[in-house]
Amino acid sequence: MKHDVAPPYTAVARHALFPEPGHDEAARFDFLANFNKFMATTLGPGNKRAYDGRVLPAFVKEHGREPRDRFEIRRAMNRDPWHRFWSALKRNSMEMRQHNGRQIALRQLDELDARTRQFNEGRDTLRLDDSVSVPRYQAAVDIHCMPGSYHGEERPGDVSAGANYDCGFFATTAGALGALSDGGGQALVEWIRKERPGWTPRRILDIGCTIGHNIVPLALAFPDTEVVAIDTAAPVLRYGHARAQALGARNLSFVQMNAEDMHAFADESFDWVQTTMFLHELSGTALPRIIREGYRVLAPGGLMFHLEQPQYSEAMPLYEQFIRDWDAFNNNEPFWSAMHALDLRGIMVETGFPSEAIFETGVRAVVDETIFPRAKDGEGEDHGRAAVWHAYGAWKPA
Amino acid sequence: MTEDIDWIARAAKRAKGKRPDYFDDFATDRLMSITMALVAELSAVRQRLDTVERLLESGGTLQREAIEGFTPDAAQAYERGVETKAYIARIMRGVTQAMEAMEADERPMEDISKELREA
Repeated sequence: MKHDVAPPYTAVARHALFPEPGHDEAARFDFLANFNKFMATTLGPGNKRAYDGRVLPAFVKEHGREPRDRFEIRRAMNRDPWHRFWSALKRNSMEMRQHNGRQIALRQLDELDARTRQFNEGRDTLRLDDSVSVPRYQAAVDIHCMPGSYHGEERPGDVSAGANYDCGFFATTAGALGALSDGGGQALVEWIRKERPGWTPRRILDIGCTIGHNIVPLALAFPDTEVVAIDTAAPVLRYGHARAQALGARNLSFVQMNAEDMHAFADESFDWVQTTMFLHELSGTALPRIIREGYRVLAPGGLMFHLEQPQYSEAMPLYEQFIRDWDAFNNNEPFWSAMHALDLRGIMVETGFPSEAIFETGVRAVVDETIFPRAKDGEGEDHGRAAVWHAYGAWKPA
Repeated sequence: MTEDIDWIARAAKRAKGKRPDYFDDFATDRLMSITMALVAELSAVRQRLDTVERLLESGGTLQREAIEGFTPDAAQAYERGVETKAYIARIMRGVTQAMEAMEADERPMEDISKELREA
């Protein structure tokens, strides 16, 4: 039989900025990729088994009713020896991914910084702004256990955060994001070509771009479009800009800006405003502000599009909500749980979109399936990391 | 190699944010981290040995650079993936079997022993 194994780390594309892995560094990511598959597919079902077999019956016996929400399930499961052991293994996998990525990036940081400068110096497509502070929701904890988060620097002006982020996507997703970890961006290109064949947006805005891995495919697909990618964190913008230049995306600017206040952009000045896997890293006040600002800068007839993991609806079983919440409490994603319970449609209506303009759709990572795996959902899904997303979009009435 | 920062120390920096205690005993959490790091290292060593074997098999001599730059073709990568998968299954046998045991409704062996003695 053909075994389901992760693709090799050596299949990850080495663009000009990519930190060069040594043999054993690549081998550690190979281990983690296969270990994460094992955790999701072989051991993952054990959590449900523990819940159905003993956690839920004990809860019902104690309380005389079933759990009311995902939080009650989490508190009960956190006392279960199986779930604790599984969580400890998974937490370690996340930490080991960060450690290996940081060893790779930091030992060659001199070289990476030098290469970045070659691509960045004198280019007006990278615009950093020292006055942009780190938002509270970014400073509270290091997001997904990435030491230093997106804004951390080992020395002023470095790209360590971006380089570490880029080199490790492979491990946590077991290769499901493809050679350039841009399966999300490739999916956007495929989606829009089906949705609006022949449409060429004049300007695209990507909010919370980090290293630009999901916006470069759009910039390359629409070479005549002016594409602007913003983020609050300079280290990932430096790396992302150099990476985009190395990949030939010259119509793409990286700008340091907090999307809660985009006064630098005129009203109705973009045809497409989007985020990819970004909304869950915000806060309860920042998220609606950013949607409002996005609506303001979106031109009539333009598209707003947000890629995320699916929202917790009433139709989603509480157990599934609980397991999808794992990253919130175990992998430093403090807004994850609250965000996934928000009424995004309601927020978009409040900003001004007519309800009928709003749509939801599913988007799966587009990768070279001769090498990289087609993302799994349902049975064996690695909740929180599956490269199968839910899109919340709206066309602004012309 | 990076000159002006201690990359080894810095790479091991902890992420800001309270780490959950998964076990009641402090030492168990620490020991699991050590064990999993060792598991990953052994996996990397096994892959390095595989690389060395393949290089020796094809060329007869060995250059360090050839190890670092070795890129398996699709078939070789698959073989290595299967090796890693089987290795993980061996390392995680106890955990996997504990999961299986959750499904089974098994009485203590003493009970069965007694039952068979009297049957």
